[in-house]
Amino acid sequence: MAADLSGIVVAPPTRRAKAAGLYRKLKRLPIIPLSILGLVVFAGLFAPLLAPHDPEKGELRERNMPPAWSGGETALKTVVERMTINERTTSVTLSDAQEVDASAQLGDQIEVFTRPAGSSKFLLGTDHLGRDVLSRVIYGARISLLVSIVTLAVGGSIGITMGLMAGWYGGFVDEFLMRLVDIKLAIPLILIALVLVITLGQSLWIIVTVLCLFIWPRFARQVRGEVLQLKHMDYVSLAKVSGASTARILFIHIFPGTINTLIVVATLQVGIVILLESTLSFLGAGVPPPTPAWGSMVADGRDKLAGGVWWISTFPGVAIMLTVMSLNWFGDWLRDVLDPRLRQLE
Amino acid sequence: MQKYLVRRFFLALVTLLSVSLIIFIMSRVSGDPRHIYLDDYSTQEDWDRMGVVLGLDKPYYQQYGIFLKGAIRGDFGESVREGRPVTAVVIERAPATLLLGAVAFSISLLVGVPLGILSAVKRGTMMDTFGKVVALIGQSAPPFWLGIMLMFLFAVKLGMVPPYGKQDWNSIILPAVTLGWYYAAANLRLVRSAMLDVLDSEYIKLARAKGVNSRNIILRHAFRNALIPPLTFAGVTMGALVTGSLVVETVFAWPGLGRLAIEALFAFDYPLLQGVVITFTLIYVTAAFVVDVLYAYVDPRIRYS
Repeated sequence: MAADLSGIVVAPPTRRAKAAGLYRKLKRLPIIPLSILGLVVFAGLFAPLLAPHDPEKGELRERNMPPAWSGGETALKTVVERMTINERTTSVTLSDAQEVDASAQLGDQIEVFTRPAGSSKFLLGTDHLGRDVLSRVIYGARISLLVSIVTLAVGGSIGITMGLMAGWYGGFVDEFLMRLVDIKLAIPLILIALVLVITLGQSLWIIVTVLCLFIWPRFARQVRGEVLQLKHMDYVSLAKVSGASTARILFIHIFPGTINTLIVVATLQVGIVILLESTLSFLGAGVPPPTPAWGSMVADGRDKLAGGVWWISTFPGVAIMLTVMSLNWFGDWLRDVLDPRLRQLE
Repeated sequence: MQKYLVRRFFLALVTLLSVSLIIFIMSRVSGDPRHIYLDDYSTQEDWDRMGVVLGLDKPYYQQYGIFLKGAIRGDFGESVREGRPVTAVVIERAPATLLLGAVAFSISLLVGVPLGILSAVKRGTMMDTFGKVVALIGQSAPPFWLGIMLMFLFAVKLGMVPPYGKQDWNSIILPAVTLGWYYAAANLRLVRSAMLDVLDSEYIKLARAKGVNSRNIILRHAFRNALIPPLTFAGVTMGALVTGSLVVETVFAWPGLGRLAIEALFAFDYPLLQGVVITFTLIYVTAAFVVDVLYAYVDPRIRYS
């Protein structure tokens, strides 16, 4: 005999309970990587508005300025009338001395900056050509964004189509495509990219082409694996029986089933694309200078390190690292959310 | 097992052949090699004679045949820059790269695997967090930047190791750490998730129920199966270590094949470049073959399917 439940009314969730539920959901979002990624995209989109200086022009007089917070270095020097280049470390000419201290006389000991202090004009300092590092880092986000979006769209589509075909047809097509993947793994693609750039000249499109060559196999492999599982599903057989074309089955019935994992793969691949693009830029095969790219900025500051000028290389590298780190972090989180099989493990 | 080996061997051959074809096409697309050998004062006769010497008067498929025949005998012609056989130059530079690769590979295993196991076993503790940080930095920091930063800190500021070149035994530390960190991070993550997977399985629960002590469970039962994913990855690692050496050798002026390739490239020394790329591919294909055979040995499901 069933109990009479007609008198029981379930109270609608209070506003407070709703807010708590929303908070719980939000708390699970990876806030740190999402905000970093948001910042990078924002910087890329609105670079001209955000950058305090022109990223491609600088005053040579203001070169190698340290970041705003770093103090300069001073030394006591003797004021002399004339000096040789070897006496530079201990002496200063009268005219230079009077710029610092108008009352300086010959023979005085005065304190002179050997390295200028940072100024609030250049928050992250300037590079070897006097260009503002902060502005260049902000503009650098543009190249990384552009390259990753184009590469992902083109390389991803090629990979997905290849993977669908390999998984569906199997046999020879499958074998051929998987051999292509093997070959791609065996070739040092960075070298091929360098050869192309040296013979055809530096350009954005060569980089994008090479990066597409690099990432499509990852997509192809992933999709192929999923298709192999999905093609034996009943709903696929039903679609076949009801006369759907192969293309329709592949793109309308099977492809949506692979989207979850593809999103994860894509997120992680963007990180790899950014790393590779910056590597090419670092080796001198990226977008042609003076366009700021993070990788070439690191290369710019490389031989200045021995002189203690660390900021030119450091900040663009930090930008690459934070971006890639956020992508990896976000990708891991997505995987946990989209793939329930793995959720319990983490 | 034999059938698998034979098949795997032929696949490796196919890969090598395809790479050689790609390299041949690229060398022909990139321009007439005579432009490098001959200067502006050469006559048409010189030009033609050089063509005969280099085999450029023959159709392309025959040229490829000649290139291939030479390559099989280890003859890639003469380096333009050095005026000696390419093979000699490559053999001279290879040990440095192999040494760097071997040390970096050992670092990736010796750091990645134990940290991965510890992170999985002590999941959610400080140890796990530490592992996560090591992995995140390793997988996110671009190697060229990491190298420069390590160089600045340990060589320029602290003066503990030489900043570049290959002088004393300790000059290998920075390049090897730079090269190995990324793969240490990858191994760490792979081992950790594989361990978590295995620790959750029925046979481990049975072992626990039987009263086997934790150390034995981890080392004898769980660890073996958790080794399979990193082993699969090892093949990829070896190949990538070779490419990674391009960057790291450039940063640290390490006298190996990676730097040789960059030097050859900027000197337009195509014979040398071809030789280096083929050597890289050979190293990768051999490593991948060995790893696959090992893999089939460890995981019986592979050789019987």
